[in-house]
Amino acid sequence: MEVLSATDQKKEAFLKGIAAACETPLSMGATQLREAAMATLESQPVPTTRSEAWKYTRVTRLIGKTWNKGEAQENATEYFVPEVNGWNIVFVNGQFDAAQSTMPDAAGLTVMTMADALKAGKLDAQWGSLTQQQSDWFEALNMAFATDGLYIHLEAKTAIDRPIYLLHLTTGDATAVVSRNFIQVEKGANLTVVQHAVSAEGTSAYVNIVNEHFVADNAQFNFEKIQDEAGEIYHHSTEWAEQTRDSRYDIRSITLQGHWVRNNLNIRVNGENCGTNLYGSYMPNGKEHIDNHTMVDHLIPHCESNEVYKGIVNDKSTAVFNGKVFVRPDAQKTNAFQQNANIVLSDDAEMYSKPELEIYADDVKCSHGSTTGQFDEEAVYYLRARGIGEQSARMLLVQAFVADVMDAISNDALRDYCLNKLQERASA
Amino acid sequence: MLKINDLHASIEDNEILRGLSLEVKPGEVHAIMGPNGSGKSTLASVLAGNEDYEVTGGSAELDGKDLLDMGTEDRAREGLFLAFQYPVEIPGVSNINFLRAALKDIREYRNLAPLSASDFLKLVKEKSALVELDGKLTNRSVNEGFSGGEKKRNEIFQMAMLEPKLAILDETDSGLDIDALKVVAHGVNTMRSPERSFIVITHYQRLLDYIVPDFVHVLYKGRIVKSGTKELALELEEKGYDWIKEEVTA
Ligand SMILES: Nc1ncnc2c1ncn2[C@@H]1O[C@H](COP(=O)(O)OP(=O)(O)OP(=O)(O)O)[C@@H](O)[C@H]1O
Ligand SMILES: [Mg+2]
Repeated sequence: MEVLSATDQKKEAFLKGIAAACETPLSMGATQLREAAMATLESQPVPTTRSEAWKYTRVTRLIGKTWNKGEAQENATEYFVPEVNGWNIVFVNGQFDAAQSTMPDAAGLTVMTMADALKAGKLDAQWGSLTQQQSDWFEALNMAFATDGLYIHLEAKTAIDRPIYLLHLTTGDATAVVSRNFIQVEKGANLTVVQHAVSAEGTSAYVNIVNEHFVADNAQFNFEKIQDEAGEIYHHSTEWAEQTRDSRYDIRSITLQGHWVRNNLNIRVNGENCGTNLYGSYMPNGKEHIDNHTMVDHLIPHCESNEVYKGIVNDKSTAVFNGKVFVRPDAQKTNAFQQNANIVLSDDAEMYSKPELEIYADDVKCSHGSTTGQFDEEAVYYLRARGIGEQSARMLLVQAFVADVMDAISNDALRDYCLNKLQERASA
Repeated sequence: MLKINDLHASIEDNEILRGLSLEVKPGEVHAIMGPNGSGKSTLASVLAGNEDYEVTGGSAELDGKDLLDMGTEDRAREGLFLAFQYPVEIPGVSNINFLRAALKDIREYRNLAPLSASDFLKLVKEKSALVELDGKLTNRSVNEGFSGGEKKRNEIFQMAMLEPKLAILDETDSGLDIDALKVVAHGVNTMRSPERSFIVITHYQRLLDYIVPDFVHVLYKGRIVKSGTKELALELEEKGYDWIKEEVTA
């Protein structure tokens, strides 16, 4: 019999725990996807800081723990951002809560659980087609073990102005949540989805959520991702998006709090004349660790992408930004813009920022900027010299710093909520 | 109004103010002149509460209250205003929001009810007209992309909005063309009153034709070495500072 090394033993134990917590994964109904995912989990080691993609983010603690299935019930009322005016859909510990959800009743819009969608044969064609392109270990984990999630399909030429508001509430001690959404916006349609992840103080959990987004010709899709989890949550969030010609894909990733957060955002711009906007903001406090990895892949000419990530890093926290932009040989006339700006508020805080532009076409306009600095104390002094208290002065400057990201949020109530939370954090 | 007695202040262990004394009574306008590096801006900064400077001796009182003991914001709330020689740009903070926040905090400190939105806008209109500041500039980010002259006018606009009892103007005239200079002077003169005092720091007698001072002082090596009336400014313009330096070293 083969003797397992210590790291392999850990991996086995971790996977055993996840398998027990996720007894009936969706992939049971998709043999090929499941087999491919299991093969990746078996053959590849758990990523370590030796690999470039995980250089600053350790998974040791997350892997070293045994995670369990969570309870299916908890009142979610207090977690909703008021006045977003969406269709509220609640998942508690990854399990759909029908009683607390209001299913949309708009013509052309289909919303159901992934389990139901799978049964109804709605996931056959494209499901997993984007995530499979890269055999990331944690994405494979999601494919193998995701128990449920939300399926959204919007028919061509349908504009829905009310957002779908997906609330992911995590509770309990050492809870495992592996969830997967699939969103398809057909030609010329228009949709906004809010994904809000929350948990109460004292919770501990591993949350792995993967989204697949398909945005068809001339469609517009807004995805507002808000992470606001208290407690000791390891949150692993991945979006894979593909857009085709004349479409617009806008995503905001706002991390208001999180013990350990890893966001992977991957966008394939696969049609002419697409617009892609990626905005992000994070403000870690205490010992929080927030890592944003983004990738925009320009495959086709005449597209424009615009990326702005802003961070305020405090106390002993760490933030990581890695922004890849590929401009493939065919993607002439691409306009790609990227900016990552950070304010580091304490000597013990760490910020790692790395733009990575790989440009293989010659007739393109690409720019990127990465700045990490301190608060502008001269500006604080100027404001104070006009009678503004020090606290309010700093608030004004924080607000100004994140304004372009906040202003991009498509829902006013959500924007105000995020801004208030960020300001609360800055003054803590 | 303002009483400064034997003030000493240093920055990074260099003593810049070396026993400066000055008294400004209500309604008076004092001009301070002096060669580059003599400590004029340092005096303004120390009075405004810039924490880069360390006060090592002496006192400064505003209407009997110890200024040096107060934070920068409280000095402003007590009625001190400094028009900066080099106003900073603050991207993303609009002039209007910034002034609204300032007035709110100042009025709260003085136990005054907050201004209504319409009263506030009325005030903005009136005061920006006074210094002929383009309405667009009041909505833009504080000083961002403003020309040198616009920045200075914006300082006077802020002064007019906040209605201080003591205003210190640090080279507000530098870099202004004659028309802008007249506008700024008009703004200041309109605000002159028996209860309000001004300290005008300048290199040029020209400004003092428009803002006529009651007293003129020469600051040299961190001390006021000569005081007189407005004629002193004319004399300095003509003869420069060498004769004063000689007097001091003699
Ligand atoms: N950070 C600093 N470290 C050391 N010396 C400084 C610092 N800042 C200013 N000084 C010095 O303090 C002295 C006074 O400067 P201050 O700005 O008060 O002069 P000023 O009279 O306003 O001159 P100007 O007419 O050029 O505006 C100068 O010699 C200057 O070099
Ligand atoms: Mg000066």
